Amino acid sequence: MKLTQAIEQFEPVIGLETHVELSTKSKMFCGCATEFGAEPNTQVCPTCLGLPGSLPVPNQTAIESTMRIGLALNCEITELSRFARKNYFYPDMPKDFQTSQYDEPFCVNGYLDVMIPTDEGEKSFRVEIERVHLEEDTGKLTHAGGASGRIHGADYSLVDYNRAGIPLVEIVTKPVTGTGKYAPQVARAYVTELRDLLRNLGVSDVRMEEGSLRCDVNLSLHPKGSAEWGKRTETKNVNSLRSVEKAVFSEIERQADVLAGGEEVTQETRHFHEDSGTSSSGRSKEQAEDYRYFPEPDLVPVIADETWVSKLKTDLPEAPSVQRKRLAKEWNFSDEEMRDVVSLGAIDLIAQTVSAGASPQAARKWWLGELARRATEINKELSDLSIDPKHISELDNLVTSGKLTDKLARQVLEGLLNKEGTPSEIVEKRNLVVMSDDSSLLPIIQSAIKANPDVVAKVKEGKLQALGPLLGAVMKETKGKADAAKVRSLVLKELGVEG
Amino acid sequence: MSEDLVFLTGSEIAQKIKNKEVSAIEVAKAHFDRIEKLDSKIKSFLYLDKEAALTQAKKVDEKVAKGETLKPLAGVPLALKDVLTQKGVPTTAGSKILENWRPPYDSTVVKKLIENDVVILGKTNMDEFAMGSSTENSAYQTTKNPWDLTRIPGGSSGGSSAAVASFFAPLSIGTDTGGSIRQPAAVCALVGAKPTYGTVSRYGLIAFASSLDQAGPITRTVLDAALLNEAMAGFDVNDSTSINQQLESLVQAAKNKNIKDMKIGIIKELGGEGWQPGVLKQFEQAVEVLKSLGAELVEVSLPHSVYALAVYYLIAPSEASSNLARFDGMRYGLRVGDDGEKDVEAVMKLTRAQGFGPEVKRRIILGTYALSTGYYDAYYGQAQKVRGLIAEDLRLAFEKVDVLISPTSPTTAWKIGERVDNPLAMYLADLATLPASLAGVPAISVPIGLASEDRMPVGLQVIAPAMQDHKNYQVAAALEAAQNGLLINQVPDLVSLS
Repeated sequence: MKLTQAIEQFEPVIGLETHVELSTKSKMFCGCATEFGAEPNTQVCPTCLGLPGSLPVPNQTAIESTMRIGLALNCEITELSRFARKNYFYPDMPKDFQTSQYDEPFCVNGYLDVMIPTDEGEKSFRVEIERVHLEEDTGKLTHAGGASGRIHGADYSLVDYNRAGIPLVEIVTKPVTGTGKYAPQVARAYVTELRDLLRNLGVSDVRMEEGSLRCDVNLSLHPKGSAEWGKRTETKNVNSLRSVEKAVFSEIERQADVLAGGEEVTQETRHFHEDSGTSSSGRSKEQAEDYRYFPEPDLVPVIADETWVSKLKTDLPEAPSVQRKRLAKEWNFSDEEMRDVVSLGAIDLIAQTVSAGASPQAARKWWLGELARRATEINKELSDLSIDPKHISELDNLVTSGKLTDKLARQVLEGLLNKEGTPSEIVEKRNLVVMSDDSSLLPIIQSAIKANPDVVAKVKEGKLQALGPLLGAVMKETKGKADAAKVRSLVLKELGVEG
Repeated sequence: MSEDLVFLTGSEIAQKIKNKEVSAIEVAKAHFDRIEKLDSKIKSFLYLDKEAALTQAKKVDEKVAKGETLKPLAGVPLALKDVLTQKGVPTTAGSKILENWRPPYDSTVVKKLIENDVVILGKTNMDEFAMGSSTENSAYQTTKNPWDLTRIPGGSSGGSSAAVASFFAPLSIGTDTGGSIRQPAAVCALVGAKPTYGTVSRYGLIAFASSLDQAGPITRTVLDAALLNEAMAGFDVNDSTSINQQLESLVQAAKNKNIKDMKIGIIKELGGEGWQPGVLKQFEQAVEVLKSLGAELVEVSLPHSVYALAVYYLIAPSEASSNLARFDGMRYGLRVGDDGEKDVEAVMKLTRAQGFGPEVKRRIILGTYALSTGYYDAYYGQAQKVRGLIAEDLRLAFEKVDVLISPTSPTTAWKIGERVDNPLAMYLADLATLPASLAGVPAISVPIGLASEDRMPVGLQVIAPAMQDHKNYQVAAALEAAQNGLLINQVPDLVSLS
């Protein structure tokens, strides 16, 4: 059933659980490094390997980061909070329990307002936050062989414990109601806003493609007007902004089909597939584990005294919504321009490009023009392109200073997307130097003139707009490397026509 | 001469080494000689590390030669319970699941021992994962009580107590979760102290029940226990439950035997019907001794202590069920059934089925049940509340008295095999030691003679408020002195056993 149809009959209730890897220098309960992409099992010690006898020591920065996230989300900070053990067996967990938080998390009861365009113009939705808690990440499993890439059916599995013990913050919303057909957009806007907020706080590098921001989507449908909510599913593995929207969208359609067919939705965990944008059934409630939570006896409770909390509050950076208003003014962007920037998630990218030297308009054009087009082509977010804003500023500088033509600049961009190095390195490697010296251009111009007598005649009659084919021929011959302005003046000079 | 070295106390050995009357190497060798001759009868050690011990002893002798200032226990041999990690040395916790596991790091206790120039002879037997009161739950061997080889040496630190009582080492380290230092000390006529929870680092102590586990000394004299306790204790950043506060001098307290006008409470609930008469008789005599030394004795009630056993057997297994989850055959230790066909869950199950003994399984199942949804509030949650009440009982008692006393255990050492099929009878051995464990306060067991019916050692337990471990040492030292080293002179003739 199409979403529009589904929404006529059913009301969706959504809930989002977001996991954020904190960018602390060391792990949650030991001194090991947290660098992404290191050789497997090189950033480990007795504690994060869960060796017999080892003990956890909490990372104070991680605790503060969690509280700052809570404060930025308008949460109350719990006076006495505690870590708890979540017990279950899995080979990616060194201790076969995860040190997490249960009924005494660091932060509770907050909210985040998000704006989305609706049929009646921009509209604000409030997403209430249930809790923000801190836990440790698990190791990373790679399953070799087998068709599914899952543990069952694999020939063997490899574990990398570098990730085990990296601080992970979980942000859980309360059930969000009243979004109707906008549910997918609200979900996406929430995660986008949350990502910007986390980035502003400087607590995480929030890279969805590296898994430092991960999302689970809870969803249920109930007939319009019904007071009772339907059975919910939890879709795991939703790892891009686009997928958040897509996951809500496709799950509304799927559940509507089930309900319209007179059947019941199964309460279950579902796995999202980035490629198809759909999900498949995972564990059902009957198979759900009993985690046997209990307070972590190896750690003492954390007492959040007032002075500490108010200091953290005072030091909070500006909220993304406030920042947006300020930047629109500073950059002199129209409301419409700013809206596009926000919806493409380009604020930070533009801000960083600007601070590297480019003009705001130029930065906007790069990110929302060619780069946005390329991102859409490969189904990715702008930030997922992993392009350093400093490089865009450098590229823009090469163009404005005349060292690159627009056409050459596109080739440099290609190089940046292929991770070939910095713009100047790419210019060198690909030999993308503008031809502007008379001696190399003149012979090409002269042969173009010879080959196009009709055009030459028109130009000599004073029809300068007829120049196009001549210039085009030169550009073609030089593979776009010729300095267009220089070519034009040389052609006119050669034909003895006043420019 | 070298034969006699083993009969010296730790502080006497340290003194002789310092005075160059004897070398640390000679001391270590004398102890190894005795172990090699007699431990086949006792079975107290699981692993001997002669080479490392002699290297450490040599280091001490070099310091002596250079005239360096020596640490109080420099060169004194020690037997280490096999539950504390020592880098590169097999550490099993008495379990098959850790057979041949060599930890890549030192526990803080071991680090401190090495810094104090103590000579670690090897690792001693214990009940698997410290679960038991007889050391019969060891996956490796049954340790005998040197006072009567047909009897248990106590547990779970039974290898440590048997080794010290057999004069294989003057010092040993045990760990106490519900009485595992005090009860084996009591039944082997030794001094055993459970320090205030948080004063000795648990880093590198293979966890049984994290909120209760505490390492401490088992020795033949109160002074040796105080010296060793001081060497082990201290704040450790690697243990989040470690207390950043210094204890009053324990050695001073052990030397200051004056207990005149001290107020001592006799715990009303710990004694009476069901307790071995010979144990109660020795305890009554000791009370008279304390009175004669000028202490004031009063009866004190700890009304909730009757629930200590029930509380302990919910909390300790609950924590254990989680602490022992990591032994799954994936990363270290035993791995069973990995034939390339079986999946990960099957290998985990087979490994745990073969690697754990029955008592460990019993407690894992108990703890898993107590923490389960729907049972948590009734069992674990309720137990935590009562634990609070027991601690409160003690707090209130300490408003009236300086220390509390009771017999350490309801009976003397029983016969090997007698309680193996009756876990409840086994659990009763901890009845008197549990309240101090649950409250996290310090307690010490000191010998008070032999029970008339079986001529086996009896211990008296002293309990003090948190961070006042010195008071326990003071009372224990007073009792020891008044009895004039009674038990040390009645050492069973082990040599004739060989």
